[in-house]
Amino acid sequence: MLVQVPGGWNPLLGRLAIDQIPYTNPILAPLFVAVVIGGIILLGLITYYQKWGYLWKEWLTTVDHKKLGVMYIILGLVMLFRGFIDGLMIRTQQVWANGPQSSGVFGAVHGYLTPFHFGQVYSAHGLIMILLAATPLLVGFMNIIVPLQVGARDMAYPYLNALGLWITAAAVALIMISLFVGDFAHNGWFGYAPIFELQYSPGVGVDYWIWTLELTALGTTLGGINLIATIVKMRAPGMTWFRLPIFTWASLSANIIALTSFPALQVALFLVACDRYFGSHFFTAGFGGNLMLYTNLFWLWGHPEVYFVILPAFGMMSEIFPAFSEKPLFGYITMVAASFAIAGVSWLVWLHHFFTMGAGPEVNSFFSVATMLVGIPTGVKVFNWAFTMYRGRITYTAAMLWAIGALFLLLVGGLTGMMLAIPAINYMVHNSVFVIAHFHSMLLVIVYAIFGSVLFWFPKVFGFKLDEFWAKTMFWLFSAGTVLVFVPMYMLGFMGQTRRLDYVFNTAWHPYLVTEEIGIAVYCLSVAAFFVLLYVSIRDRVKNRVGQDAWGTSRSLEWLTHSPVPFYNFAVTPHVNARDELAWRRHNGINEAQPTQYVDIHMPNNTGVAIYIGALTFVLGFALTWRVWWLCLLSLVAIIVLMIVRSWRGDPGYIITAAELEKMEREAMQRQQQVEGHLPHHGGHAVPSGAMAYEGQKVSPLGTPPSSGDHH
Amino acid sequence: MSAHDSPDPSKAVLWDTHHHGHDVISTRSFGYFLYLLSDGMLFATLFAAYGVLSYSHSYFNGPTPADFVHPWYTFTQTVALFLSVLAYGMGMSAVKKGNKAGLMNGLIAAFVLGVIFLGLDIHDMMDLAAHGVTVQTSGGASAFIVLTQVHAAHIFFGLLWILVMMAQVAGKGFTTDTVGRLLSLRMFWHLQAIIWVFVFVFVYLWGYMS
Repeated sequence: MLVQVPGGWNPLLGRLAIDQIPYTNPILAPLFVAVVIGGIILLGLITYYQKWGYLWKEWLTTVDHKKLGVMYIILGLVMLFRGFIDGLMIRTQQVWANGPQSSGVFGAVHGYLTPFHFGQVYSAHGLIMILLAATPLLVGFMNIIVPLQVGARDMAYPYLNALGLWITAAAVALIMISLFVGDFAHNGWFGYAPIFELQYSPGVGVDYWIWTLELTALGTTLGGINLIATIVKMRAPGMTWFRLPIFTWASLSANIIALTSFPALQVALFLVACDRYFGSHFFTAGFGGNLMLYTNLFWLWGHPEVYFVILPAFGMMSEIFPAFSEKPLFGYITMVAASFAIAGVSWLVWLHHFFTMGAGPEVNSFFSVATMLVGIPTGVKVFNWAFTMYRGRITYTAAMLWAIGALFLLLVGGLTGMMLAIPAINYMVHNSVFVIAHFHSMLLVIVYAIFGSVLFWFPKVFGFKLDEFWAKTMFWLFSAGTVLVFVPMYMLGFMGQTRRLDYVFNTAWHPYLVTEEIGIAVYCLSVAAFFVLLYVSIRDRVKNRVGQDAWGTSRSLEWLTHSPVPFYNFAVTPHVNARDELAWRRHNGINEAQPTQYVDIHMPNNTGVAIYIGALTFVLGFALTWRVWWLCLLSLVAIIVLMIVRSWRGDPGYIITAAELEKMEREAMQRQQQVEGHLPHHGGHAVPSGAMAYEGQKVSPLGTPPSSGDHH
Repeated sequence: MSAHDSPDPSKAVLWDTHHHGHDVISTRSFGYFLYLLSDGMLFATLFAAYGVLSYSHSYFNGPTPADFVHPWYTFTQTVALFLSVLAYGMGMSAVKKGNKAGLMNGLIAAFVLGVIFLGLDIHDMMDLAAHGVTVQTSGGASAFIVLTQVHAAHIFFGLLWILVMMAQVAGKGFTTDTVGRLLSLRMFWHLQAIIWVFVFVFVYLWGYMS
């Protein structure tokens, strides 16, 4: 029943063999040594400082949505860095391997990457950036913020939440190990039929690609279920649907997309796996297979996925703009409607990824018009943000700069998207780097929103602000890099440069490629600025501590509890009286009112089962990739047994008594008073004292004291 | 909805000390229902693939469902699965009365009927393979077999789950956890039967007729 694989196979190790380790590769071998040395140093440091127990108890077994969110974000940032390095390699190869006279090293005729290796880097860059960087970063933010914004103690299913994280981590581990054991797919991140068939891609690269995608899809589906259930079922009393903060609405719409679209990806990849493992003929050339079936099924997920990642980013922008414009968000209801309109239309546009399939004018017209429809709700959002800022008291904090940057990029990306929605234009620029520049503009909207959110919500999670000077430095460097890389890329697209070139034949394009390379160098500086930002901020953390309402102008429930947020979120569940509850309480001078009475609360226990299952899914993915059948069966059975054992045991949880709670709350209040006691009360605050008006009314005299100053 | 609808701040309730979370079974059932939606999408995608791969050229001049489907044979599978769902439902009505033995009888009957369904399916697949119809035969045969066998895999895991639930109810009785899981399993089992209706009509019967 199983197909014969080319090359060696034995029952014990499957296709694994020593020659699958690329120890002679001049790029990978030194990297491997560096990773091993770095890993040994890291493990040594943890052992030396005796942090294993802390790590295990506080992080690896946690079911706390904030810690899981932080781990999602760390995972996402690490992968963002890896994806960036891939991007740096791609740009360097193209500027080097330009024209027949260009030199070549490391076995490449031109440049320093062989075509096969270049293809792998290209695929990894795309897959990582979309599914293993952007997605975990956004899921991480949704994890941290959504339960706080709806006034819940945790997600609806804390254990499932941990499971989602560790399965995503398993996917990350799988793609990372493909660097050093075997190779990765060379078929682009979304794959093409029939090149991914065993006949044309006999190595394990495509298998790594399949199982990485399957694991991410599984993790994201579990996370989506959890977030939807949290929003529907866990809202605090008084939190009616139209009092939900926009970020929560955006998360809801995004996760409905995730829940309904990821199964399509799972099926598409599962059918590729059937072709490669069982020799079926879904996507083969001949034997009744259908090549375009794959492309359709993939983009049936692929385009909703685009909105799955952009909608939370829009939600983030919708939180940042009002906070730093000191006004309520303009057009709340239209913002909600726009999010759901985008989510709905996301299902009707997938074919615009391949107008050139040749489906005929009727089909192309339908998808063209549907694609243009997306511009309407998106335009509504753009105008709402603009009107939020209009006549607001704008403070240009670094978070606000990132949000405004995202707005401008959205215009560039959105308008080029409208151009691409016209099939006549699309035929001309299909598969050119114009398309690449377009979707990078869009995905950078997400990156901008994410960095804005990191700055905006960091004080909530860790209790101190990030350094404004370095954050702004990073922003300007990053933006300069964006312009330098992507403006020439748009131009090269019009000149006819196609995507995925490991060798660029036309020397007339050299100046543009050099400009892009300079841009990527500027990006490198912004990455350096990010590390400095982290270093400086952690060094000065005592100086930058904040109280509950870190910015003094925040509006939603997450700012009603302490910073950093205690593990139980809210000592007493808040009762919601208004949209923008905190702004309403601040306006009425009751934002510092504390509960007078505490009651026992019930919390879930930590569990190691989630990380064990995560580890086993990694083993399963690895064993499937290398066709080690006994290990597949073993890990699958182990996963099922663990699930049954966990369900048998259940989780009785534990109780925090009212007395304990009151003690912890008193300590937290004392810490906060210390923080507010030594804050600089001179001018130049991020926000003037008295804070902002609620719904344009007069400012209350009892407003929050400004929680921090702008030190620069 | 806006500031105008908000209560008088001096009288407003700011904290809710009586808010004791939520109904555990309802929250879990909702989450499981969401999972089933994604499961439904999974089958919808497979049906789409089957639709695309059921043209005459998809069979590459090989056997088509018209050659190898036996409607009456598959009809017995249908009856077995429907009776299994019925038995499960009768078991669940015993839960309402707190009748453990009634539930156990229902689960055992559902399990046996499910095994019959799966046994018939496996026998059918072996028979097809003996006649040279496997996933390797043609694109159309691939779609036919993978769709039906993904459904069979769901039945397999459902049967496993029924066994686990019998053990849990025997060991723990009717607790919030076990009753919640019985409800989730009921939704799962029912959905598999609903999907089977589509499999039977659109894959077996439609394939047989065309």
